[in-house]
Amino acid sequence: MSDPGPVRLEGREKVTGTARYAAEHTPPGTAYAWPVPAAVPRGRVVAVDAGAALAEPGAVAVLTHENAPRLKRVDDDTLLVLQNDQVPHRGWYVALAVADTPEAARAMAAAVRVSYAPEEHDVVLTPGHPRLYVPEKANAGVPGSRERGDFDGAYASAPVRVDATYTTHALHNHPMEPHATTARWEDGRLVAYDSCQGANAVQETLAGLFGVDKGRITVVAEHVGGGFGCKGTPRPQVVLAAMAARHTGRPVRLALPRAQLAAVVGHRAPLVQRLRLGAGEDGVISALAHEVTTHTSTVREFVEQAAVPSRAMYVSPNSRTTHRVVALDVPSPSWMRAPGEAPGMYALECAMDELACAAGVDPVELRVRNDTAAEPDSGKPYSSRHLVECLREGARRFGWEARDPRPRSRAEGRLLVGTGVASSYYPVFHMPSSAEAHVTETGRYRVRINATDIGTGARTVVALIAAEALGVALDRVAVEIGSSDLPAAWLAGGSGGTGSWGWAVHKACRALNAMVDARGGTVPPGGLTATADTADDIPSDPPHAMASFGAQFAEVTVDTDTGEVRVRRLLGVFAAGRILNARTARSQFIGGMTMGVGMALLEGSTMDPRFGDFAERDLASYHVPTHADVRGIEAHWIDETDPLLNPMGSKGIGEIGIVGTAAAIANAVHHATGVRVRDLPVLPEKVLG
Amino acid sequence: MEPPQTSSAVTLRVNGVRHRLRDLDHRTTVLDALREHLGLTGAKKGCDHAQCGACTVLVDGRRANSCLLLAVAYDGAEVTTVEGLADGDALHPLQEAFLVRDGFQCGYCTPGQLCSAVGMIAEAGGGAPSVVTPPGTAAAGAPVPLSPEEIRERMSGNLCRCGAYGNIVAAVEDVTR
Repeated sequence: MSDPGPVRLEGREKVTGTARYAAEHTPPGTAYAWPVPAAVPRGRVVAVDAGAALAEPGAVAVLTHENAPRLKRVDDDTLLVLQNDQVPHRGWYVALAVADTPEAARAMAAAVRVSYAPEEHDVVLTPGHPRLYVPEKANAGVPGSRERGDFDGAYASAPVRVDATYTTHALHNHPMEPHATTARWEDGRLVAYDSCQGANAVQETLAGLFGVDKGRITVVAEHVGGGFGCKGTPRPQVVLAAMAARHTGRPVRLALPRAQLAAVVGHRAPLVQRLRLGAGEDGVISALAHEVTTHTSTVREFVEQAAVPSRAMYVSPNSRTTHRVVALDVPSPSWMRAPGEAPGMYALECAMDELACAAGVDPVELRVRNDTAAEPDSGKPYSSRHLVECLREGARRFGWEARDPRPRSRAEGRLLVGTGVASSYYPVFHMPSSAEAHVTETGRYRVRINATDIGTGARTVVALIAAEALGVALDRVAVEIGSSDLPAAWLAGGSGGTGSWGWAVHKACRALNAMVDARGGTVPPGGLTATADTADDIPSDPPHAMASFGAQFAEVTVDTDTGEVRVRRLLGVFAAGRILNARTARSQFIGGMTMGVGMALLEGSTMDPRFGDFAERDLASYHVPTHADVRGIEAHWIDETDPLLNPMGSKGIGEIGIVGTAAAIANAVHHATGVRVRDLPVLPEKVLG
Repeated sequence: MEPPQTSSAVTLRVNGVRHRLRDLDHRTTVLDALREHLGLTGAKKGCDHAQCGACTVLVDGRRANSCLLLAVAYDGAEVTTVEGLADGDALHPLQEAFLVRDGFQCGYCTPGQLCSAVGMIAEAGGGAPSVVTPPGTAAAGAPVPLSPEEIRERMSGNLCRCGAYGNIVAAVEDVTR
């Protein structure tokens, strides 16, 4: 039997309730804060009457744009809170109540009277919006628009064509731990316990905002209750907590209320995606267009790079991939698990299913026929790509062979049963990081790096990588992560944590071993310490394209009376480099697939055109999967040896699980019912039509 | 006229230890009493609206969303939190099973999942049916067998955004089989 992998190093703390999260550090004298969100969709704050709030027992202060500490501008204007009277969208923070107790802070916030001068607002994304433009860059720095060959000519002459438009609504990350910060200033030094995906990014941003040397700021993120992207960049709670702590001279705790998150921590923007595929009778693609329309806010441009998978997945000699965006009076969108890839692959992989139907080719076989050894857009060969192996292995495990391709071919009583397949894809990112490795005279090791464990198993995998690089048992390695006082490192994002941190840890550990070897294998009193930085090791323009691939297979039942879709089985096979900890890797894959079930069947947020507000802001109205929604999810992987990646041979696995799931399920719904739902989530009324 | 009383002395017995909160704000929930007054931060605040289950504790032996309970209304109650599940250094079998099955990732829903599972097992053992219990499968008051379907249904008040559901159900099965 293969190695099941170690249990999480912090597991005992998590199951006994002793792991402390950001809101669970309470310095003496801590005051509590509660924000006041704007109640108009656009306009200006005319006056803030804090009288009644300050009359509440236990009141400490009300911060507004008139009295809050001044901030310097950094590269993210969503953090410039309480700096002027402008309201760029509903939910933007216009005041902050601070009190001796959480109950008093909440009552104060409700008692703050804000007068507004409202202005006309525009919050609805439409495909023909007059202010749409093509951005130079979309998220991750990718070009907003790309053309290869002659799409129009090739598409016009293609014997088989698909032209379909897919729509998705805003999605919310909703990690179980809402954003929270406990901040205190002492002698000009700021210490912030913050729920974030990377303490260095928060530290540097706070340094810029407050005009303080970053050496005087410590950000701690020892345990983080999930992030999925919405804690990847600093969020207003850490800025407000630090401002309030400076203003009041007391430590301040700010834990954001769940229902306020949708407006201030980013969301996956709604998307309209038009896919056009032109192919030969054999299903081989000659022309591919993926045209994305989406929104951003007026505060910060963020463009979900949903057309990116179409630049990477399949042969496509003639290609057009474009993004158009319009800045609306809406909350600022940002990262949500696999930004770009998750919604982009939903559209592309549904279109592939439509192409399979149109060409009369099996959907697995269609993808195999369109496999490519080089990334079509860059022309670079993949360092490793085992998509076909994932499709074949998945088909074998799932029992795909026996499938009757005709829609509505399988019924069990009032249930229609269908199966669907989709590919998964996520690129490999490496970012410079630094690490330190120390050995004591008695042969105990300590590795220090500001990695962040948001539930991925980072702490454990860092220790595993160190133990392997050092050539010692895991229990001889202690790991310190989750603080900006440690050697600086990349945040937990872009599925780049393990590769980036591991590279630095591996380098430091190898350097430490070399130091010990140079001393004839002895360690002097006080021990030895080696440091490493990978800034010069990571190529800025590697000669190979690098990505994880996978295949997901879904079996659904559709109730012909109610239209309810249930996922009976969901099976994923992934090729993601070397899997370093099987136990936690499996959890990452199935966790992503579970979020994909939510994307497919449950999750969707509606922008209220009149109030400029997301209608589904809490967990009673914004539905995420729960126990009863999830059954039969399996993740497998094929061994992939790729020496071109990094010293561990690893690829990222945190996001690929959500990529392709929604398409596999939507394709299965079509197979079950013959109904092609091109709008997520696949709700009963859409299936019943 | 006297001003309305806004605080009271409240006694909670938590994990076997009696705590007297001498002047507790009536607006304080059991969850905030635990977290902010007693330093027991195991129970988590995920939504503060009883929508996510992260705050689940056992109150007088039954699972409850502690964010919706005003502490003043629970004067004298017996509360068990995740900190009270282990017996000294010996983990509760569910805690052990969660570790081995990797029944969590970020760990934020975990205390609620664990307390909910403890309560849920007792409910089924006491013969309480769920919506998926086939009619007539058990005599009134006889224990309801905990199939995976039963576990999933009964645990559905506890959300896990990391998606550890399959592993949580496996962990519960390890203990109940």
